[in-house]
Amino acid sequence: MAYVVPRPNLTWKEKIYLPSIVAGMMITFKHLKRMLKGETKVVMQYPEEKWDAQMPEHYRGAPTLVTDEHGRERCVACQLCEFICPPRAITIKPEEIPSGDKFAKVEKRPKVFEIDMIRCIYCGLCEEVCPEQAIFLRKDYAITGITRAEMVHDKAKLYELGGVFTGLVNKWNPKK
Amino acid sequence: MDFLTSADFWFLSLTSLAKTIFLIFLVVLPMVSYTVYAERRVSALIQDRVGPNRTGFPTSLIPGISKDFSPFLGGLGQPVADAMKFLLKEDFVPGHVNKLYFWLAPCLAMMPAIVTLAAIPFGSSFLGVKMVVADINVGLLFMFAISSVSVYGIVLAGWSSNSKYPFLGGIRSTSQMISYELCMGLSAVPVLLVCGSTGLSAIVNYQVREGWLLAPFTNGGLSFREIALWVPIIIAFITFTISMFAETNRLPFDLPESETELVAGYHTEYSSMKFALFFLGEYTAMIAGSALIVVLFLGGWHLPFIPDGAGQGGLAFLHAIPSWIWGLVNITAFFAKVAVLLLVFIWVRWTLPRFRYDQLMKLGWLYLFEIALVNIFLTAGILAFTK
Ligand code: SF4
Ligand code: SF4
Repeated sequence: MAYVVPRPNLTWKEKIYLPSIVAGMMITFKHLKRMLKGETKVVMQYPEEKWDAQMPEHYRGAPTLVTDEHGRERCVACQLCEFICPPRAITIKPEEIPSGDKFAKVEKRPKVFEIDMIRCIYCGLCEEVCPEQAIFLRKDYAITGITRAEMVHDKAKLYELGGVFTGLVNKWNPKK
Repeated sequence: MDFLTSADFWFLSLTSLAKTIFLIFLVVLPMVSYTVYAERRVSALIQDRVGPNRTGFPTSLIPGISKDFSPFLGGLGQPVADAMKFLLKEDFVPGHVNKLYFWLAPCLAMMPAIVTLAAIPFGSSFLGVKMVVADINVGLLFMFAISSVSVYGIVLAGWSSNSKYPFLGGIRSTSQMISYELCMGLSAVPVLLVCGSTGLSAIVNYQVREGWLLAPFTNGGLSFREIALWVPIIIAFITFTISMFAETNRLPFDLPESETELVAGYHTEYSSMKFALFFLGEYTAMIAGSALIVVLFLGGWHLPFIPDGAGQGGLAFLHAIPSWIWGLVNITAFFAKVAVLLLVFIWVRWTLPRFRYDQLMKLGWLYLFEIALVNIFLTAGILAFTK
């Protein structure tokens, strides 16, 4: 059904338009004046001022790998994250854990685990899909480098960023 | 041949050359870059942002100086960095364009704007030399004629780009310029009637004698005639300024390049220095326009109580100071007025929304044109009755 929008009846002052221009200019001038006097403070001067303190709990920063309280790398190289990753940022090459190893019963661990941070879109799907709670998005956001190679986080870097994470997955722990 | 060897000829050519170099390279081009900077800074402040405040001058590269030079609000090196960027960027010419006109358009967009500056009297006189590059007695007509050429740059750019958005921008620009040129010319006529000349120097001299047109009390008193003339002059000033906004494609009339509808309008396909030339042309036209407003309505280089470059007029005790200082003061006063107008241009741009296209045409043809026309008769009537 057609709907007719009623035209507003403008007063003489509104029709001439010049008073509203002046009024608008006064508003913008007020903003300019408040900025110059330093009364408005919206912008953060980034490298000097940082947002870290106000960062929300759910912030999704760089994906990282974590170890558990026994120093075992929690990733079992199931490669689920590699397959779910939308931009295919993750590359995993699994290897078998040799039988003499302390964690031999886990059987599998990543030999190579690389996340290409140029590709990563910080979607968090890897964290969501991981059955071992081994990969987490931390709050690091300033991921920079001057070469492409530098932007690929290898396993060592990922563990360094991730650190230790305890709890939830206890199945690999020795029986009490 | 006598003429070529005469001292007059050489004096004229050399002073003209010096004036041109001073005006274009030492004043207008730096003014353009710093207008761009001011535009970015003011727009940011109006929108509660900060704007470019980092780029200083890397004086720490000079041995012996440990600090970078970044005075005032900071970011004063930004125009230099911008220019470097434009110079160093890849100059990309798309394959589907008409090469000849594609190359010609940026030059055509910039040259008229610079040429119009020739007729502007930007100071009284300095060491006996008149501060205007070409002191012609049809100055105003010359400015209108040349500045209407700049539309060809935009039209050619739009047409030769061979793609739809630039084309639309070019078409819009043509119809807009045609509509507003008329109104601009007509709204300047009252000034000509009052001053009795189309020479810009003559108009300024009239205002030095009788007070600025927009502020006739600057010569000390107000006669009945001046008060009566004030009305049409204020109307002329408003219509002239509005048409000037439309002429220079500034918001609220920037339809040829309205980003939200036409990507970037007529210069969508341009990159690097060719794009910069359009930019330069636009801002130079803005400066020329402001200069024209200053000359027509705001008394040109004149400041009340200040003598001119020949040590004439003004307060008597100021004549003790050498007159070349007053010449410099006049030049500074002129460019200060222009700078204030430029700031108003910027301020308006970041306040008002863009007109719709039919509104723009309606405003031009149905209101401004009529007002300017009636205003001429009003001025003529007042002049006839208050003789
Ligand atoms: S956050 Fe998303 S894009 Fe980044 S590695 Fe994980 S799954 Fe891939
Ligand atoms: S991080 Fe998690 S999902 Fe990815 S391979 Fe390791 S265990 Fe599997």
